[in-house]
Amino acid sequence: MDVGSVLSILITSLMAMVPIVLTSVGAAWSERAGVVSIGYEGVLLMSAFFGAIFAELTSNAVVGLLGGVFIGILLGMLHGALTVYLKGDHVIPGIGINLLAMGVVPFGILAYWGTAGQHQLPRDAQMWHWKTPYGELSPMVLVTILIALVTWWVLFKTPLGLRVRSVGENPEAADALGINVEKYRFWSTVYGHALAGLGGAFMSVDWLGLVHKTMSGGRGFIALANMVFSGWNPLVSLIGGWLFGFFDALAAWLAPKHIIPGQFILMLPYIMTLIIVAGIIGKARPPKWDGRPYKRE
Amino acid sequence: MKKSGSESLKSINLRPFVESIIAILVGFIIGAIVLLAFGYNPWSAYYWLFQGALGSTYGIASTLKYATPIMLTALTFAIGTRTGIFNIGAEGSFYFGAIAAVIFTNIWDNMLFGLAMGMLLGALWALPAAVLKVYRGVHEVISTIMLNWIGWFFVLWLIVGPYANPNDPNKTIRIPVDARLPIIGYGLSIAIVIAVIAAVLTYFLLWHTTMGFGMRASGINQKAARYAGMNPKMAVMWSFLIGGLLSGLGGAMKIMGEGPGYAISQGGANIYGFGFDGIGVALVGRNHPLGIILSAIFFGMLRAGTALMQAQAHVPLEIIKVIQGIIVITVAIPSLYDLVKKAIHRGAA
Repeated sequence: MDVGSVLSILITSLMAMVPIVLTSVGAAWSERAGVVSIGYEGVLLMSAFFGAIFAELTSNAVVGLLGGVFIGILLGMLHGALTVYLKGDHVIPGIGINLLAMGVVPFGILAYWGTAGQHQLPRDAQMWHWKTPYGELSPMVLVTILIALVTWWVLFKTPLGLRVRSVGENPEAADALGINVEKYRFWSTVYGHALAGLGGAFMSVDWLGLVHKTMSGGRGFIALANMVFSGWNPLVSLIGGWLFGFFDALAAWLAPKHIIPGQFILMLPYIMTLIIVAGIIGKARPPKWDGRPYKRE
Repeated sequence: MKKSGSESLKSINLRPFVESIIAILVGFIIGAIVLLAFGYNPWSAYYWLFQGALGSTYGIASTLKYATPIMLTALTFAIGTRTGIFNIGAEGSFYFGAIAAVIFTNIWDNMLFGLAMGMLLGALWALPAAVLKVYRGVHEVISTIMLNWIGWFFVLWLIVGPYANPNDPNKTIRIPVDARLPIIGYGLSIAIVIAVIAAVLTYFLLWHTTMGFGMRASGINQKAARYAGMNPKMAVMWSFLIGGLLSGLGGAMKIMGEGPGYAISQGGANIYGFGFDGIGVALVGRNHPLGIILSAIFFGMLRAGTALMQAQAHVPLEIIKVIQGIIVITVAIPSLYDLVKKAIHRGAA
């Protein structure tokens, strides 16, 4: 492997890191407040689709990215309403959102663009990139790093973060101190899904420049694995996310080389996720009230 | 809230049935709005959907044919939920059931052997998630999803590689004639009968055996089950293994019971997605094997009707998945029954 290949894999890995890190950071914040969601896979897919529509309608990729955030907010409000206010199960609505995305996106691609399964975005709807000799780099890579840093700082260094964490660790005590548990949980869920929405739109209007009916490819779940790996810490999930991005990039680089069957290379990120999660999870401890509805006595 | 334990131990309760009907109606109403938004006529779409599913003997046969695999994958999810886990791995076990049928019937062209190997490989593919859950505490949602993807690429490799049909690159090698499931009529094989028997057996296992009682008890309260002298770890293991076995059976029967190919088609198109659809079926059937028989037939209807809907009303068949997703989200609304009752009372007053 020459230096050029290494640099090109590194650049691709930075791009591949973005949707995983954004989703992990959002999920970490939401779970710190006590709300579990497994619907991020569907959020990534739907915001990739709707983000592309927003970008095409306005010929502006930034509007597309914000459109993805908007879709994330809507889905986060749905999940928050069901889990926080109606005290429902945390896993089932996520399954529902994932199934919904598996219908909405193929249907939408067909109904909106008239093509089956895939749509290429026009040049003017795609994000501009820094061109390097070894590949293109999006400014969103920097934005993602910044979001992870700021989220970490707010979560661990400000009164707001303390309140969010107290709601996930000990809602009874938080409640006694006059913190509105439901309000903090609801908006934390919305923030988590909004970041995933940004990550989804990044995939279509920025990184790949296309919408595909299975483009999320398990990244929503890989992001959850990364969140566990990082110990619900946004800063650490930056490292974990880059690692998963690296395997993603390595798989993409190896696939056309036909050294071993392509299917085995494509398994790589999923096998690594499984190994890392299996190796680390015994020590990981989720917030105490993660996934448990809180009802005032 | 205090009653929930004893309620879920009871086998027949009309309230969940009514809630599922409400969820289905909400699914159809929002589906109609989506259709309108994209310029389709929902009346005509739904008319042809039901015409296609129930309007002829052939339609009814294909409804039952489509109900078969999702009945089995739904049982996988339901057994998981009853033991307190979210087993999303039906999809992966289904792939392995299908490829096992192809591989082993070509070694010995015996139907029962093919089905047995399908079940065995299905159960084996569920084993890593079970072990990781019980011994490492890995959340099953993450592990089963990763295993689904790994299994998908592995089976995809088998399809295009060692088991590709040399005479037809679009398919795997076929199931030998002697190992195919007998056909009842209109392309419907005895797979549906086997699936219904599997559902009834699952019901008996869960509600009329000591083992099933232990499984459900640890699903309701792990700690209490442990204090009562049960072994929740074994309950979880069995839940994964029996679940994988049922989905493996579904995958094997999908290939052994459906002509004209009796093979896995290119890109695994005819084995993809049944595990995920099964989750919706299980939730609408309220994770009860007998409810699942009904809801699988309902989802089978949706699937069977799409061909005519697409041909006559020109509506893409993916709308059915949209409706399914909405139904599942609606099912997730707790005490839907009370909310609707309250709304009706308010409307009447």
